[in-house]
Order: sequence, then structure tokens, then C-alpha cells
Amino acid sequence: MSYIKCRDLKLGYDGEAVTEGLSFDVDEGDYLCIIGENGAGKSTLMKALMGLNKPMDGQIEFGDGITRQEIGYLPQNKDFQRDFPASVNEIVLSGTLSKLGWRPFYGRAERQVAENNMKKMEVWELRKKCYRELSGGQQQRVLLARALCAAGKLLLLDEPVTGLDYKVTCEFYGLLSELNRSGVSIVMVSHDLEEAIGHANKILQIGREQVFFGDKDDYLKSESWKSFHNHHVSHVHAGEASQCTPAGHISGHGAAKRAEEPVKHEAYDAGYKGGGGE
Amino acid sequence: MGVLETFRAYFSYPFVRYAFVVAVVMSLSASLLGVTLVLKRFSFIGDGLSHVAFGAMAIASVCGLINNNVIVLTLTVIAAVILLKTGSNTKVKGDAAIAVFSVGALAVGYFIMNVFSVSSNISGDVCSTLFGSTSLLTLSGTEVWFSIVLAIIVIVLFVILYNRIFAVTFDEDFANATGLNADRYNLIIAVLIAVVIVMGMNMVGSLLISALVIFPALAAMRLFGDYRSVVICSAVIAVVCAMTGMLISIILSTPVGATIVIADMLVFIIASVIKRA
Repeated sequence: MSYIKCRDLKLGYDGEAVTEGLSFDVDEGDYLCIIGENGAGKSTLMKALMGLNKPMDGQIEFGDGITRQEIGYLPQNKDFQRDFPASVNEIVLSGTLSKLGWRPFYGRAERQVAENNMKKMEVWELRKKCYRELSGGQQQRVLLARALCAAGKLLLLDEPVTGLDYKVTCEFYGLLSELNRSGVSIVMVSHDLEEAIGHANKILQIGREQVFFGDKDDYLKSESWKSFHNHHVSHVHAGEASQCTPAGHISGHGAAKRAEEPVKHEAYDAGYKGGGGE
Repeated sequence: MGVLETFRAYFSYPFVRYAFVVAVVMSLSASLLGVTLVLKRFSFIGDGLSHVAFGAMAIASVCGLINNNVIVLTLTVIAAVILLKTGSNTKVKGDAAIAVFSVGALAVGYFIMNVFSVSSNISGDVCSTLFGSTSLLTLSGTEVWFSIVLAIIVIVLFVILYNRIFAVTFDEDFANATGLNADRYNLIIAVLIAVVIVMGMNMVGSLLISALVIFPALAAMRLFGDYRSVVICSAVIAVVCAMTGMLISIILSTPVGATIVIADMLVFIIASVIKRA
């Protein structure tokens, strides 16, 4: 039995289908990457998996000891509320809410879970800091810690690296792989083709309907990858491809770029830290 | 007569003591919700609701109902629910709906008061409904208990739901994903706001009540970076301002509501200056 089993999903808004015919599974230990053009319904699919909107047709089943409440969700790095006053500790703790049941306040168990996950994500030192004063990478790690509090087995990520710089993106993907190796299943929507696919073991490509679902290795040999990849690279971010991790076996065309890239990003990073004072 | 004697003389009257207590509990409950209201970008709903409450008050007073508060409360809660629903509906712009509601309610309220009023002093009535000028000092025992009970309900609910309100305010999608029904909490928040606004109308009037809701929260947000400190700080600011505002209005015989709001405003300005420094 899989964690998530989707059959013939049809998704859309206000009676208009965005995408249909989606059938795929997420098993224990999977790292599924969902790709597709803008407007292909990737975020809609995410929302459907979380139960935020109802599929127009088809079914989503949860199994293997997972319920919908046990899915950790990491939203896009939208700039929430710029002036929202919340400490790291408060945000991470809020991930344990579903475990409270009818109790109004957090107990020792919840605080322990939050502490463990903050330590795992290396934000424990920042726990008293205000969220809005953190750098983009730190903010994503805080949200990841919160997601882990909600669920230890399955994470849904919606374009988690949007707005992060190169170095931080690499660190973030490294963190995800580590989590995946420790047994957490990951479902991720991403624009960042090469990098995201590099870590995945399964790929789901969607358009008006399902284009591909299966193992990454099969996908990389398929026609759909070649056309999607070429289109994407030439039109969107040619040369942006990166290999900050063992993902290097996909393609090598980012190598030339790589030599100059880190310098630029370090400078950027330094500026970032300097700007966000205590 | 010294200041202290003045206070002693005033506080020997029960209606002054009533007013003092109501002002404090009211400000406290308004400020607690204020934090959520400001953060959820609901400030305008508060403003719109206060106008709706004005219209409802006009209808109730013309109908000659004995207990105005009940009907005003019911109508305002209904309006709160409608505003919240239209706000989340992408087809109708939320702020446009609020404008329609508030201006419409103001016009209807004034129209009704003018045409059907049995009172000889219409502009006085309108003025005190809008600015709460004298009504705070004419509260009856029943009204005081009504306010206190409502304030306690608001405060207790806020404390019990504190962690959930935080989650829903910070990230609605995540809250939904973990099985918290965000819509339900939004509804509770809207109803509580309606309750606070109706209570506050007696004190500062319908035009000034939104100031009581948002100023302490905004000031606290200038000073603190975590949610709990902001909530506590905004509660303290609200209570202190309500007390000093009352006392100042007694000494200088200024309008109570306006004085309290000005005290809140000063604190907000000071907090903004401190943040800059």
C-alpha cells in the first residue's frame, strides 16, 4: 500500500479543468518531483493533496498509516506578512497543533518535538529571533522544521527554493536529500529542473493531462524529457543549471557557468547578512 | 480642590465606577483581537462593522426597543459573517464590499434617525452614537454587566484559542493542511470582532472604536518581534490608555472616548519614534 495513491484525477477551478488523467503513487522513501509548464496545475495538485480543494473527478487515497493531517507542507517562499511578529519557536511549535486534539495549549511533548526539529534544521540557536529578521534560507529552514513537526513521514513542498540564492538553494536541497535518506518521503513541485530532478527517484510531468509518471532514469531517456528540457532551458533560464550536489550526472552544460557563480553569490550573501542587523 | 479629591468625588458615583470598569475590560478585549485584525489585514472590516453597528443602533432606537444591545449585536454579527465571506470570495473585492456596507449603513442609520426619531435632539443622538460623547456616563447596571460578560467571553475564548488563532493568522494554508479548519476560526474571529465593536460603541462611539482595536496592536508591533509579547504589550497599552484617558477626561472634562483614543494614538506615535531610534 502506498502513502498516496491518485487515480484519474481531474483538477480545476470553477468547473474548468486545468489538468486531468493524473494517476500516480507515492511510496515510503520516495522522492517525487512534479514538473510542468506554468499554469499546468502543479500548485492545484498540491492543494488537492492537502485537501484544500476538491478534485473534480478521480480519487486520492491515503494509506500505509498516513492520514491527511500527517502531511508536512512547505509553502512557496512567499513573503508571508512582512511585518508579522512571530518568533522562530512560535512558528515551529505551531506545526504540532494537529497533535493537540482538544487541548488548548502545548505540552511538554509538543515542545520536545519542536526542539528536536529545530535542532535538526539548525535553527535552534535562532529560536527567540523574529522570523522577519531572518535570511531567506533561514526562513525556509524554519518552515521546514514546522512541516516536520506536523509530519515525520511525508513532506509536500511547493517551489521551496523560489527567491533563494544559489548557495542557499544548494544547502536546502542537501537538507532535503538527507531527510529523504532518513526515511521521509518527499513530494516537490519545482521550476528548478536540473537540481530538483537530480535528487528525485520518481518524476511526474503534467500538462493538460499527465505527460509522464515513473522512475527518473526512465524519464531521462524519454522523449517528454528531451522536449521539455530543451524548451525550458532555451526559454527560461539558460545556463542557470547547477550541480551543487551529486546531481552532476544529468547533464553538464552548467559546468562553465559554475566557475564564476559562487563568487557572485558570496558577495550577495554577505550583503544580505550585513543588511539584516539584530 | 486637588486632583485626588476630584477623583474621590467622581468615584463616589456608581456610574463613574461603572464607566471605568467597562472602559478597561472593553479596551482589553478590543486590543487582544486587534493584533489578529491588523495581521490578517482585517482592519477595514472592523471599521466597516462599526458603521453597520451605527445603522443597527439607529434602527433599534427608533423601534424603541428596551434592550438595544441585543438587536445591534445580532445585526452586526450577521454583517461580520457576510463581510468575511465576500472578502474571501475572489469575484467581489472585499474592500469594495466593506465600503458598500459601511457607507450604506451610515446613510440608512442617519436617515432613519432623522425621519422617524421621537427625540427632540437628533443631532445630539447622532453625535453620541458616533463619538460616544456622553453615553459612557449614562450606562445602566444591566448594560455594565452585559459589557463585562461579553468582554469575559471574548478574553476567555481568545486565551483558549490563542495557539490556533496564531496558526491561522500566520499561515492559513498550512493550518488547513494540518487539519485545522481555518474558515471556522476566521468566523469565530469575525464574530468576536463584532461583539467587541458593539460593546465599544457605548464607550467611544462607532467612529472611534476601530481606533481602540488597531492602535494598541500597531504600537506593540513596533516594539516587539514575537507574537506573545505583541499580544501582551498591546493589552497593557490598551488598559493603561483606557485608565489614563478616563482620568484625564474627568479632570479636564473632555469627551471620554476621544480622550482614550488620543492616549492610544500618542502611545502609537511614541512607539514609532522608539523603533526609529
